[in-house]
Amino acid sequence: MIGTFLTRLFFAAVGLFMAAPIVVIAGVSINEKRSLTFPPEGFSLAWYGQIFTDEGWRGALTTSVLIALGAATIAVLIALPIAYALWRRVTAIGRAVQLLGVSPFVLPPVITALGALSFWATMGGYGAWYTVVISHAIFFTSLPLVTISLGFQTIDREVTEAARTMGANDRTILTTIVLPMIAPYIISGFAFAFVLSLNEYIVAYMTVGFTLETVPIKIFNALRYGYTPTMASVSILFVAVAVVVFGFVARFGDLPRLLGAWSSGDGK
Amino acid sequence: MSAAAPGTKAGGWREQAPLIFPALMLLAFFVVPFGLMIAVSLFERVAGGFYQPVLTTANYARFLSLFFGKILVFSLGLSALVSALCLIVGAPFTYLLTKLRRKWQVPWLVAMLAVLSLSEVIIGFSWSTLLSRTAGLSNLFVSLGLMDNPDAWTPGFFAVLAGMTYQAFPYAVLVLYPSFSRLDPSLAEAARTLGASPLRAFFTVILPALRMALIATFIIVFVFALGAYLLPQLLGRPEHWTLSVLITDQAIYQSNMPFAAAMAVFLVVTSLSLVLLTTTLGRKGRAA
Repeated sequence: MIGTFLTRLFFAAVGLFMAAPIVVIAGVSINEKRSLTFPPEGFSLAWYGQIFTDEGWRGALTTSVLIALGAATIAVLIALPIAYALWRRVTAIGRAVQLLGVSPFVLPPVITALGALSFWATMGGYGAWYTVVISHAIFFTSLPLVTISLGFQTIDREVTEAARTMGANDRTILTTIVLPMIAPYIISGFAFAFVLSLNEYIVAYMTVGFTLETVPIKIFNALRYGYTPTMASVSILFVAVAVVVFGFVARFGDLPRLLGAWSSGDGK
Repeated sequence: MSAAAPGTKAGGWREQAPLIFPALMLLAFFVVPFGLMIAVSLFERVAGGFYQPVLTTANYARFLSLFFGKILVFSLGLSALVSALCLIVGAPFTYLLTKLRRKWQVPWLVAMLAVLSLSEVIIGFSWSTLLSRTAGLSNLFVSLGLMDNPDAWTPGFFAVLAGMTYQAFPYAVLVLYPSFSRLDPSLAEAARTLGASPLRAFFTVILPALRMALIATFIIVFVFALGAYLLPQLLGRPEHWTLSVLITDQAIYQSNMPFAAAMAVFLVVTSLSLVLLTTTLGRKGRAA
């Protein structure tokens, strides 16, 4: 049928557009010599080894991962109580805190970055490792907030009411019913915040840009002061990490639902 | 009983208790920095330093220049163009995507999320490589015999446009996704039963039904594009710099925090009024 053919063609075109820059970078990353040529000349995976053997790149990767782990953990710790309080009862204060949690992500990133720079430079601590962890956590709180709130919506009120009738107190209900049910949503929220923190540049640059080197900062510096194929291999590594993490979220959760589709019975 | 009657003071406090930690964190590390940024925008610059708390409106007065006016018009125009491109391709794409079985939607959604989460540095680097003379697309065209010599397509306006559209497209799809996937399928079926072709049904039934969602998405993607801080710098010439790039440049390379803060306040006001416009439109759409 001509309609199906046109649809496939359209999807292929969009797919090609989305893949093109990544394919070129993947090609560049397997160059044998220290040059950024495409199509690649020769074949070598040495530039992938470089990420872990070169002290600078390994250090940047470690820094990025540690910051992302810390930031995602704090983001979840901020988001979970907000979603929990709003699930128990929607109050004006709850709504206000929720709005604060979502705002940093909706505003242009330069705003959060500049706010963080003004804050840490005034309060002291500018350039210290914890500044970027905290500022990233605030920046990405909205992601676990959205996923965990969705998680609470899936809990059937009758189940918690039944538990309450049988004598369970708030704490027991929370630990035996609520937390196990929303655990997948907590993990998804953590994963989203982790991947975004890993890739974030401007907030990191304005807080620790002159003292620490995260992977995005190192790539940016390499863009200015000398290209190496390692930039390409580390970029591909980041693409792979994102695909794997979101793939896992999709494997163990309902990704369409997480992104706002109604859960429907058409058998996923 | 553990569940205090709703509305009683003790119960109220108990229920609000979980909010204390998040509220404190957000106040200390979002509200205070934000307020401080507004304050800094009204302070005097100290050359080689940061700022001194002497009130001045000089940072805002600098807006009233031709240079700034040009930057502003360019930023708004570029973001509008990017948002329009994303919507023109994104709306039919998202519609067709939601028509797929969920099993087939998932890989596309994973791909969209992966590209969306990619660092702006990586997107800028990838596109500058893709459009470069040494490693770019033009080499492919030369080897296919379509061109005689490889050519550099960056820096330039179209490189900026391509990079920013690439970055914003997954965002547009993910913002459109809920509305399209919640759309009543019987709507399109009814149109088909009445004899409309799929294309005609899409334009005359689906798009009008989602008019408000489309306008809201246009504004949301517009604000997102306005936030691009590196792509215009990595893929364009200085005349393609946007407000976000200029803010970064002033804050870091010119170390003029007060002026950067003033521009940031301006950017917030612009973005917020657009977001407010979206919510008002949304309310109207629901009322209609």
